[in-house]
Amino acid sequence: MHLEEFSEGKSFLHRTDPRVKILIFALFSLTCALSSGIKIPAIFLAYSFILLAIANLRTKSVFSRVLIANFFIAFIWLFIPFSYQGNPYMNLGPIKISYEGLKYALSITLKANAIIIATMALISTSSVFSLAHAMLHLKMPKKIVTIFFLFYRYITVIHEEYTKIRKAVALRGFVPKTNIHTYKTYAYIIGGMLLKSYERAEEIYRAMLCRGFKGYFPLVEHFQLRKPDIIFGIISAAVIILIGVNS
Amino acid sequence: MHISEGVLSAPVLITGAVLSLGGLTLGLKRIKNEDIPKVAILSSAFFIASLIHVPIGPTSAHLVLNGLLGMLLGWGAFPSIFVALILQGILFQFGGLTTLGVNTFSMAMPAVLSYYVFKGFLKGGKNIAFLGGFLGGVFSLLLAALFISLALIETERSFTAVAGTLLVMHIPISIIEGIITGFVVVYLKKVKPEALG
Repeated sequence: MHLEEFSEGKSFLHRTDPRVKILIFALFSLTCALSSGIKIPAIFLAYSFILLAIANLRTKSVFSRVLIANFFIAFIWLFIPFSYQGNPYMNLGPIKISYEGLKYALSITLKANAIIIATMALISTSSVFSLAHAMLHLKMPKKIVTIFFLFYRYITVIHEEYTKIRKAVALRGFVPKTNIHTYKTYAYIIGGMLLKSYERAEEIYRAMLCRGFKGYFPLVEHFQLRKPDIIFGIISAAVIILIGVNS
Repeated sequence: MHISEGVLSAPVLITGAVLSLGGLTLGLKRIKNEDIPKVAILSSAFFIASLIHVPIGPTSAHLVLNGLLGMLLGWGAFPSIFVALILQGILFQFGGLTTLGVNTFSMAMPAVLSYYVFKGFLKGGKNIAFLGGFLGGVFSLLLAALFISLALIETERSFTAVAGTLLVMHIPISIIEGIITGFVVVYLKKVKPEALG
């Protein structure tokens, strides 16, 4: 599984301290999600494009991610312009389109895309493990970070288990269709995966116990806050607050 | 199943965050240190399971299995779904930070409820266990869809049509989830009865 595609890069944002990026991202998401109208969300979107340009990610991958994420948004466009309670209406034969509704749908679209793009530029440019590491520094409870760490670590292992079972099932001529046999087969695939997970978990716990596990992993490495990190943090925070205050 | 960023209003987002925080605190308290690997690795398995697309007529739907997760982990469903949503956000940019509370609660609360309501069934015979799994699967997914719909309607009344369609779309999916959950429960009863404890 090739999951952390965006974290492989050498841009400025790839090298920025993940703690700074998480804080800036949190500020960005909150102010952007709570903004309204067209203008402010549009400025947020523009700012997210600047971040994206700095991150220098593969355009094709970015585009396909944005497309998938807009599926839900498209769903809103199908309904809101027709059901929004607000005048004036635009009349297209028997269909009434609310001008306010169009504005509302556009506002949602801008906000959602701004945050999605900011996520790619700020969060996805760090490896998952360094983000987990940063979560500990940002005082998230140790237990949840330990669960997150092991959860991510074992996804690839369980995925291998899954592909193994899938191959075994395919060798026996399984073709998924809409019938009970298919659902039963999937249930047994999942059951087999769960069984392996229970066994794995017991082994891991015993191995960790041997090494003195007390419910968390101690931090050995520490982040170094560099001058560019601080400058980036201050400028970004200032920009976001300025955009937010104007709304 | 999750709502994207930028859609919900502040009161809805805050309500979701507070409720999830409560569930998470309770969940983390219930997980003993020796259970950490179990919760984590079962979460990995459920994450992989959610990538499976099952055919339904001409289309397909991906599994959620929050009912099964609840029956196996109880309140541990909160941390489990929470970490999965964080990872989805990081890797695929689905969901997001401000909606994390609403999305976690929508899926984890039905899971916990199905633990309390349907867990008793699993101790019965094969057919009773299947029924418990089936009902738990159907109930959990439908309730999750209902929570998401309510979050939309509370944000903006004109979301009613969107929310209604979302809910109706989830009826066939929830039946499939129910059938699969029922079979998984029967399977675990055979090969790993202690998991259903």
